[in-house]
Amino acid sequence: MSKKSFRQAINEALRQEMRRDPTVILMGEDVAGGRGGSAGTADAWGGVLGVTKGLYEEFGETRVLDTPITEASYIGAAAGAAVTGLRPVAELMFVDFVGCCLDQIMNQAAKFRYMFGGKARTPLVIRAMYGAGFNAAAQHSQALYPLFTHIPGLKVVIPSSPYEAKGLLISAIRDDDPVIFLENKVMYDVEEDVPDEPYAIPLGEANLTREGDDVTIVAFGRMVGMANEAADRLAKKGISCTVIDPRTTSPLDSETILECVADTGRLVIVDESSPRCNMATDIAALVAEEAFDALRAPIRRVVPPHTPVPFATVLETLYMPSVEKIEAAVTATMNHRVTEKV
Amino acid sequence: MQIARETLLRSYRAMRTIRMFEERLHVEFATGEIPGFVHLYCGEEASAVGVCANLTDNDTIASTHRGHGHCIAKGVEVAGMMAEIYGRSTGVCRGKGGSMHIADLACGMLGANGIVGGGPPLICGAALSHKTLRDGGVAVAFYGDGASNEGTTLESLNLASVWQLPAVFVVEDNGYGEATAASFACAGTQKARAAGFGMPYIECDGSDYFAVHEAAGEAIAHARAGKGPVMLHVHLQRWYGHFEGDAMTYRAPNEVAEAKRDHDCLKLFRERVTQAGLFEDSVLDEVDAAVTDEIEAAVMQAKDDPLPQSADLLADVYVRY
Ligand SMILES: Cc1ncc(C[n+]2csc(CCOP(=O)(O)OP(=O)(O)O)c2C)c(N)n1
Repeated sequence: MSKKSFRQAINEALRQEMRRDPTVILMGEDVAGGRGGSAGTADAWGGVLGVTKGLYEEFGETRVLDTPITEASYIGAAAGAAVTGLRPVAELMFVDFVGCCLDQIMNQAAKFRYMFGGKARTPLVIRAMYGAGFNAAAQHSQALYPLFTHIPGLKVVIPSSPYEAKGLLISAIRDDDPVIFLENKVMYDVEEDVPDEPYAIPLGEANLTREGDDVTIVAFGRMVGMANEAADRLAKKGISCTVIDPRTTSPLDSETILECVADTGRLVIVDESSPRCNMATDIAALVAEEAFDALRAPIRRVVPPHTPVPFATVLETLYMPSVEKIEAAVTATMNHRVTEKV
Repeated sequence: MQIARETLLRSYRAMRTIRMFEERLHVEFATGEIPGFVHLYCGEEASAVGVCANLTDNDTIASTHRGHGHCIAKGVEVAGMMAEIYGRSTGVCRGKGGSMHIADLACGMLGANGIVGGGPPLICGAALSHKTLRDGGVAVAFYGDGASNEGTTLESLNLASVWQLPAVFVVEDNGYGEATAASFACAGTQKARAAGFGMPYIECDGSDYFAVHEAAGEAIAHARAGKGPVMLHVHLQRWYGHFEGDAMTYRAPNEVAEAKRDHDCLKLFRERVTQAGLFEDSVLDEVDAAVTDEIEAAVMQAKDDPLPQSADLLADVYVRY
């Protein structure tokens, strides 16, 4: 066990799985970085933010493949390789770039198993960065997990900490389905204790990061940390919260969510993706349908407004969910009084 | 080919403006005052300016993530660009877009672009508008050697040819897509690609303003005459990292040093025009001084300008919201 950053945890998961299984390969733009350059260094970068640094050195060019800037062909190639015997981990860099290769994910990889009568396995992982908070503006800041969640056949993983990232990525690589693994770009330097040895966190099982009596908060990825911080503040005011990190949006651990809502009777969902047809609406519908009687107050959603992500810091800050906004939503839920119908 | 004195002076000023704009951003970025990603165009000035000197406000260009040079060359206001990069409400995009999304449709600038390969398809559309509306305009896509491999770019070359669009595809080949060299990532040649899609191909040295101006003039005249699309392959060098903060560990240090020493388009321009007796050094020095003042004023103004208001967050999602 030692302190590792989110970046190191992901790097370690990749390294350990590549050591364990020779069919695991990496591909993407600059995953090594520096091929053909005048410095003669073929591993100058390790990805734009250095997440895959050092892997080229250990595994060489047959296992770590730099690609041209051609998402449609290499993401498609990763899908094709996955269905024919390799276990590719393809890096899409910013998830926004999925616009260039969505067909290969949505109409090809996601559908092989079902369309081929259950006979295909597609052990593909697509890693991508998501999220706002970097002043990266509308084309580099989206949190597109609802888009992937919408497509049957894809598993969608959103790790909320370094520990979670390592265990979930190892499971994703060992999984026989196409998995979209989304890393919040603001979290790469976040550190915590992470075991040195490999370990797997099962996909589809939510994590209760704390348990309380009054309100259930469901949060994803970077929002989990914010939800816990809000819960700390609320505890000082005598409000106790359960915080659920579903870890995966597909499959979704609806059972745990419903059980917690049955206990607390109140629900706040924190989701940093665009508010229409996102995880918050999905979970709200689930709870309204399955646990209506348990609810003591309307469900509240802490989500951004329905707009592209703005560039300017002031606007981006207004756009994002925050600890304060979560705290306010929980307080509002607590203050709700059910008025009896006469 | 003869180029009017006035055009030469305007072009020199545009190149100098790009250079100073970029070098200033390099300094300001290091202080941490500029948010987001900044990709500098320094070293490539003659390409944007040499091409755009052949265009009018009626013509359209689409740019890349490395868009400041194209914006300035096409006539976007420097103060508005600076304010945009600083995230101010006075920015050309009201602080909503930032460096990677600067656009000004009023001067035919369809936008920098955060998506590699985003521009070429848009330029097919702009060229279609020019052709359909018979306004005499041409559309120019600037894109990198990296972007030349994107499906969107290759499909656009085909579409422009099939539709015989008044489009010019300018490949700005600085030898790198991020940290990966074109020699590794680009199969075949750009020339063969143009031939494969049935369009004429012209190449030129991007550090030589005169060469770019002439090659682009030929390409644009061809497209404007209704003879269909052209590919213009410009060889150039970028002086800074892929983005600000990139230490360029993939490039040998002498590569950039040599580019600065032997291929500085501004230095070469100055030598050429003074040796030919077209301009005195003092005339160009005056331009340099004026540009220095302009950039200084733009930075001061941008730092002083108001930030966007909370009401701006939801403005302009739709035409009517
Ligand atoms: C679709 C897409 N893929 C990847 C990226 C990340 N990216 C930004 S710039 C760039 C390199 C572009 O290289 P090139 O086209 O040669 O232009 P240059 O940077 O050399 O001007 C990459 C890969 C992106 N913005 N969009």
